[in-house]
Amino acid sequence: MLAFVIRRVLQSVAVMLAVAMIAFVMFRFVGDPINQMVGVDTPQEEVARLRASLGLNDPAPVQFGRFIWNALHFEFGTSYQFRLPVTQLLAERAPATLELAFTAAGFALLVGVIMGVYCALRRDSVLAQVFQAVSLVGVSLPTFLIGILLIYLFAVILGWLPSNGRGDVVALGGWWTTGFLTKSGLRALILPAITLGLFQMTLIMRLVRSEMMEVMRTDYIKFAKARGLTTRAIHFGHALKNTLIPVITIAGLQLGSIIAFAIITETVFNWPGMGLLFLKAVQNVDIPIMAAYLMLIGLLFVMINLLVDLAYGFVDPRLRVAMRA
Amino acid sequence: MAANNAPGLVARILDSDVYASFRSTKIVMVAAFIVLLMFIGALFAPWLAPFNPFDPATVFLADASIPPRWQDGGDPRFIFGTDDQGRDLYSAILYGLRVSLIVGGLGVLLAAAIGITLGLLAGYIGGKVDSIIMRVADVQLTFPAILIALLIDGVVHALFKGSSREDTAIPVLVISIGLSFWVQYARTIRGSTMVEKNKDYVHAARLVGLTAPVIMVRHVLPNVIGPVLVILTINLGLAIITEATLSFLGVGLPATQPSLGTLISIGNKYLFSGDWWIVTFPGATLAIIVLAVNLLGDWLRDALNPKLR
Repeated sequence: MLAFVIRRVLQSVAVMLAVAMIAFVMFRFVGDPINQMVGVDTPQEEVARLRASLGLNDPAPVQFGRFIWNALHFEFGTSYQFRLPVTQLLAERAPATLELAFTAAGFALLVGVIMGVYCALRRDSVLAQVFQAVSLVGVSLPTFLIGILLIYLFAVILGWLPSNGRGDVVALGGWWTTGFLTKSGLRALILPAITLGLFQMTLIMRLVRSEMMEVMRTDYIKFAKARGLTTRAIHFGHALKNTLIPVITIAGLQLGSIIAFAIITETVFNWPGMGLLFLKAVQNVDIPIMAAYLMLIGLLFVMINLLVDLAYGFVDPRLRVAMRA
Repeated sequence: MAANNAPGLVARILDSDVYASFRSTKIVMVAAFIVLLMFIGALFAPWLAPFNPFDPATVFLADASIPPRWQDGGDPRFIFGTDDQGRDLYSAILYGLRVSLIVGGLGVLLAAAIGITLGLLAGYIGGKVDSIIMRVADVQLTFPAILIALLIDGVVHALFKGSSREDTAIPVLVISIGLSFWVQYARTIRGSTMVEKNKDYVHAARLVGLTAPVIMVRHVLPNVIGPVLVILTINLGLAIITEATLSFLGVGLPATQPSLGTLISIGNKYLFSGDWWIVTFPGATLAIIVLAVNLLGDWLRDALNPKLR
């Protein structure tokens, strides 16, 4: 088991190094780190001196080492557009993205499971057919179109919900801002969270539906029925419980995608998060922000995959044997 | 000669299982019809469109934001109304569809070309080459395609700093899509190449003294290329969505050369002023073509899968 954990951790470190390599190449060779420090009229000697003092004439591996060292200390240089440290820019916007992503994931999980269970238990009802049709549309429509549709319906025609920004936010402990504590913050969260979570919701719904239908056919459900347990106890105590293990795995793996896809949702709703910052960086070729965001998302994906794999290793004894072989 | 006795290509298609399955599925026929219609619309846009939205001489600001023909204030010249600059929306959609299909199609073809090449190399050569290519594929697969496309878009624009977005938009988008979607082809081709390379005909070709590139391209490739068609169709829908998303996000095609995504992003700005048609018609076109292509892809996957017959 220990060998499996060590090997898996080493693999993750290797992937992270590869991502860091790409980020470094972008940072150092596609962009020019001294770009934002010099003006048009800076004399050539001054530029050369700056280059030398920053170590940009050192061999590439040395510079790569320094890049990693800085990244470990959350140093990603200065944004070309804002002339502020990239870390500070990202940290300011992280709460907005994380709150949106977790709300969307919660919505996807809750509604997806309820709809999936309903579709599995009342397979032929009209509502189940409607849910199925909705899920087909949710998979086919691009995220931004769903966002526009929701804005048009709930913000323009009905005027119920805001479509722009985060509403009022409250500062917590000096480094976190939350929209959960104000009425306008909560209202502003509804439409973006639904837009972002819709794809995952349909995914979870389909998964729960098929898993649950499979579980309902197993012997232990028949046995539970024979024992005379109530339908409710069978459905929710036995069937749903066994359905949820793969569902939670998928939901966990999807959390990374939700944070990455927040780029689109944040643009549609003008949500002041990291995704919007990244998009502005792409539009304005702000390489340091792009490199830092890549590292951040890379770390997130690698960590999630690692945790899921390790959790599986602990939970499923068959996998442990397979790993040893 | 066997070739002379064989029925003609058309007769063989009409007699095939795939065609029978096609005929028996109504919704697929509808989807195919829609896709065909949209391809024709895109192909013949210059002749079908009453206006040329790229020609500033025919576009007048006085015609801006006219509602569709059947609404109050509509103009009989503009079926679906006009956008904020006075362009006929119907013409803009036809031209936009053309751009979307060209970018999506070329992007998917580039992805297939990269994926097939790398998959063949990985599968045929094996060893270090294989593990490097497949590790890169694994790493890339953990990231969503849209994120990779955005990154590539930013990097390519940084490399071509001198030129404006208008000149580089289409090549950059095609490269972004191509580099985002190659993994699936590479994995498929690699798998079947590893099976094929141990078969007798490959050994025979090697004995005759053919070089590895010739064996790969002339002998292995024709035997492994089958599944690529299915992936191409399924990926076309994804590629169209990716292009539209990038254009919507403002890193794709500019407003002077609009694709469906650009038109939607323009329309999005006028949603609150009540000009619903600017976003609705391009949006509906995008949704319909993606849905139709996806249905066609799903059907093709099932129809060509002998296990499901």
